[in-house]
Order: sequence, then C-alpha cells, then structure tokens
Amino acid sequence: MVMTPKNLKVFSSAMNAGTPQAVALGIETLGFEDGGVAILTVPYREELVGDPDTGVIAGGVVTTLLDHACGQAVYAAHGQPIVIATLDLRIDYMRPAEPGKAIFCRAHCYKITRSVAFVRASAYDDTVDDPVATAQAAFMLNSSGGKPAHADAVAAAEGAA
Amino acid sequence: MSDPARDALPAADTAGERLQAMLGRVPYARFLGIRAELAGDEMTAILPFAPHLIGNPSLPAIHGGVLGAFMELTALAQLTIAQGLGAQEVEHGAGERLARQPKPIDVTVEYLRSGRPVDTFARAQITRMGRRIANVRVEAWQSTRAAPIAALHGHFLLTLAD
Repeated sequence: MVMTPKNLKVFSSAMNAGTPQAVALGIETLGFEDGGVAILTVPYREELVGDPDTGVIAGGVVTTLLDHACGQAVYAAHGQPIVIATLDLRIDYMRPAEPGKAIFCRAHCYKITRSVAFVRASAYDDTVDDPVATAQAAFMLNSSGGKPAHADAVAAAEGAA
Repeated sequence: MSDPARDALPAADTAGERLQAMLGRVPYARFLGIRAELAGDEMTAILPFAPHLIGNPSLPAIHGGVLGAFMELTALAQLTIAQGLGAQEVEHGAGERLARQPKPIDVTVEYLRSGRPVDTFARAQITRMGRRIANVRVEAWQSTRAAPIAALHGHFLLTLAD
C-alpha cells in the first residue's frame, strides 16, 4: 500500500488509537504536508505537569510527542507502512511551555535512505518559529525482522482509500 | 513572577526524604508510575510496567518517549538527592541546596534495545555538578544490568539556594 495524504491521515489516526501511550497522553495527528512533514498535538493536562511550582508540562511529555511526531514524519516521507525504531533522539529545551496551553509539533523527515531516516522537529505552544523544544532524531527502517507492520492501521487506511 | 516561599523545594533533611518529596509532588512522575529506591546516595529508579506505557503494540514495546522521559526524571531525582551531600564526585555540590527543581537544557537519548513489557530500572551518574550546570548520564535496563536498553546524557540548569 502506497500512502497518500488522505490515507496517511487515516493510517496515523488508527495508529495513535492503537498505541496506548498516545491514547494516555491524548496525542492527535493534525495532518501532513508534502516532503515528509507531520503535524501533531498533545493537550495540556494537570496530571502531565513536571514542575508543580510553575504548572509547566513535563519535559518528558514533550519528549514523547517529539519522538512520536518524528516517527510519523518518517511514514510520510517513506510512503509505506514500515516498522521503524528510534536510534537516537536529541532534544534542546528552549523555554518552558506556557501552562494551560496545548503543545504542537512539526516534524520533517528531510533525508531517508534504504535503512535510516533523519528527522528534525520543533515543538511549540504558539508559533512554530518560537519553539518550546527542538529535536533531531535518527530512525532505523524495517526493524521488525519481516514481521507484518501495523496490520490494523493498514486495514483502516485501505478501507478509506 | 517568582515567590521565593512558594518556589522553594520542600525542606527535607535526608536524601530519601528529598527523593520521596520530589517524586510525590511531580504529577507526571505519578502518571508514569515511577518510584525509586535508595541505598546511601545510590538511587535506582523503577518504572513498573503498565499497559499505558506501550508505544508499539505489535512487538509489544514501551514507547521510546517514555524511556526518554523516565531517564530524564531519573536524572532530576539524582540531582535532588545529590544536593547537600559531601560526595567527592559532586564538584562544588557539597552543602549546596537547590532553590528549585533543576530544568533540562538538552538531552540526548540513545536507544539500544526495544523496551519489553516488563519493569524498567535506571541509574544516573552526575559527572559534574557546577553552580549553574549539571552534567548527568543515565542508563536504563530491564532483566540484565549489563545489557542496557537505553542511555541518556544531558545538561540541567541549577538554581542554588542563597
């Protein structure tokens, strides 16, 4: 199955729904742009606060959103529902997120080879050029050892195609 | 606006009390279910397996972001207990108290093995604790300490009490 912007959205939404940590955090995929770009969001919740003195959401929530968004950018760039594994993830925390606000993430898979994908991402609560955090990640492709990938999400995307 | 009385970390005399106070007051640590055990100044953080931590249901595997978050909290907890200790490896750290929780500046997470659906453990080593910046390394493992599943190194911004 080759993924188009339309079934990519269905595929990623089905993947989020089938991923317990994405459900627990309330991660939602907002959409994709050409050239391997994914845009995701996570809502603010009191139970996700990392510093109770300030009410700022935990860095770990931003970490998970960035990792998750980078992965979906790889699907967008690759166009096939492959299995991927994060090799490394570097995160710079620029400023505290504003308490009460949802966090957004724009991830761009800017280079993909036969076995590795490289992604940059920015997490923000207002505009993409005023980031809360930025990330640089590398992913291994086809890391499942031939196991079929994301069967439920593929079925959902095929049904919508 | 900063209110020193409100921002100050809870007064606690022992490293164990500081650790429990820190883990107990961070909502996200409770969300993940993190706890910790202390032997002297050596802390092992524990992430008990729970279904909501899964990031890849077909393997199944713990979400990479969760492992990063767990190691980041392990680093923060180690910094909390390191303050005030006379530990030789903590440069300038002896007797210093943190006015507030350290803030991560940057972290690099290396993923070594997939996180299986079992309990995960982590230990942090403060490689340097200055007046403003601490450098911390963390390793996470599951069944075998010598076969870590992930590692983190990061810089944290400190605000020492006057």
